[in-house]
Amino acid sequence: MTFKFEIEGGNFSKAGNASSAVKKILKQINVPPAIIKRLVVALYEGEVNVVAHARKGWIKVVIEPEEIFVNIEDEGPGIPNIELAMQEGYSTASQKVREMGFGAGMGLPNMKKNADLLNITSQVGKGTNVEIIIFLNQSHK
Amino acid sequence: MTEDRFYHALKVSEDLCFGCTHCMNVCPVEAIRIENGKATIRDNWCVDCGECMRVCPVNAIYVEQDDFNQIFRFKCRVALVPSVLIGQFPAEVTEAAIFSVMREMGFTHVFQTEHTAGYIIRSMIEASRDAEDKPVISSFCPAVVRLIQIKFPALLPQVIRIKPPIDTSAIYFRKRLENEGYHPGEIGIFYVTPCAAKIAAVKSPVGEDSSPLNGVINMDLIYNKIFRLIKNRTNRNSISPGEMLPLLSPRSIKYCLTGGEANAMEGRCLAIDGIHNVIEFLEKLENDEFTDLDFLELRACDQSCAGGVLVGGNRFLTTERLNKRAQRFHGVADIPGDVKAYSGFLSERISLGDIKPRSMLILDEDMGEALRKIQQVRHLMCYLPGIDCGACGAPRCQSLAEDIVREEARLTACVFIQRMMEKHQKLSGEHAIKIIEKIWGRKRLEKNCNKKGAENDSE
Repeated sequence: MTFKFEIEGGNFSKAGNASSAVKKILKQINVPPAIIKRLVVALYEGEVNVVAHARKGWIKVVIEPEEIFVNIEDEGPGIPNIELAMQEGYSTASQKVREMGFGAGMGLPNMKKNADLLNITSQVGKGTNVEIIIFLNQSHK
Repeated sequence: MTEDRFYHALKVSEDLCFGCTHCMNVCPVEAIRIENGKATIRDNWCVDCGECMRVCPVNAIYVEQDDFNQIFRFKCRVALVPSVLIGQFPAEVTEAAIFSVMREMGFTHVFQTEHTAGYIIRSMIEASRDAEDKPVISSFCPAVVRLIQIKFPALLPQVIRIKPPIDTSAIYFRKRLENEGYHPGEIGIFYVTPCAAKIAAVKSPVGEDSSPLNGVINMDLIYNKIFRLIKNRTNRNSISPGEMLPLLSPRSIKYCLTGGEANAMEGRCLAIDGIHNVIEFLEKLENDEFTDLDFLELRACDQSCAGGVLVGGNRFLTTERLNKRAQRFHGVADIPGDVKAYSGFLSERISLGDIKPRSMLILDEDMGEALRKIQQVRHLMCYLPGIDCGACGAPRCQSLAEDIVREEARLTACVFIQRMMEKHQKLSGEHAIKIIEKIWGRKRLEKNCNKKGAENDSE
């Protein structure tokens, strides 16, 4: 089953809305709280990244019996060096974004920590595509 | 998931309730539906916050209480009173007077709930230093603990496993009385409660096998009794001095007010009161939207316990009076000497046990089936008008849709769906009225001048 959400770039007060909507669905279908937490934390980081850097973005959540697949796609500047972006503390966020309490350079590392599989592809000047997989049966990990 | 029935102190009077939906619309967990013209509360969903009771225009929602005379089953009759009881009285009514009339009522001992507050703060500071998952969340407000159980189970590990003052003080005073020579069976400890949630916490405790209290007495009842006795005696000028109560420190006096814990804890601490505010915050906390927070004090009532549903006095005045009282006790130690002497005993008993999740959001235990139901809900939402009028007896269109897939309601409960069906000749007007009467009671739509606000309303 697939759910789709739109993300508005630059609107920090709404960052988290999509994560909360996904969270409600996961609670309704009896996903264990610990797994919900990991997925939602990863998703929220992704959502904030879109809000902080991109013009707009889309979240697609596919729930299968074995796994939850999340795709976060945006129209934005893209990431020139993904390896660097994965390092803790590395951030390209503007001063304005940092003043709001975001941009500590923990976004992608935190996503990696919480996802079972994380795949990021990006085209500079066009946008970024993030894929997250979390297994529902943790023995598959 | 636990299957136990949960005790709830909040009850609906069938005689008084006329099905006005005020409670249904304000319930923070959407636990109320209207059936046969009366509000019904879903046992497994209700967190006993008391919001429904606050808004009921006809006092149809009430807090069930134990018979006051039950205290006389015990030789040693202890009233455990929180500071908000005192805060309701004007400054010229002294603690000594309040506690002496309480002894006249039949209590042999009157103790203050916050007597162990300083000790609890110390234990919470120690526990939160070792906590891996920050911020830790206070276990003080039982409505909040229940809210986390049903709505935010992922946050349960962050609830601090330290018993709140009501339990810790009951354990402490019981032990002290036993040491004074009372037989355990002779001691009855009764909590004078400012809210429904604490009653539920005593009757079906969370994180404990059994409550250390023997019963609960509603604060509004005691407040009225004390007020009457004090009014009657001022003329007689015959106040019995009564034993001196141990003094509470300013922090302990203010413990049950907003900020009472947060101001005493270490690090970055927040105090949030009002259950809707708490829900809004927990929603974001669960997404990990906040970093660097150490401690959360969350209270279901506005102005914390001063705003409890059983607190008769104005909550803002109660808060102000307690703050003033606290100033007078500047210099009193947070942990009284007698509690210090029992710290070894208390340290072995202050920990809370396991707090189990019992999510009410789950549509089905089986994930595949639950997914199918979500799809069904979304499909139903295509037809429901999204007006959230409540005429179906559920608070929102979404809740009606979820009730339908749980097989607890029917789509025809929606008056707009009925109108569309009538238009397409799929439903007769007579049938539609029958459906409405099932939800709103018989003859509900007939002229009745005795209704609230109608011609013959006598209020």
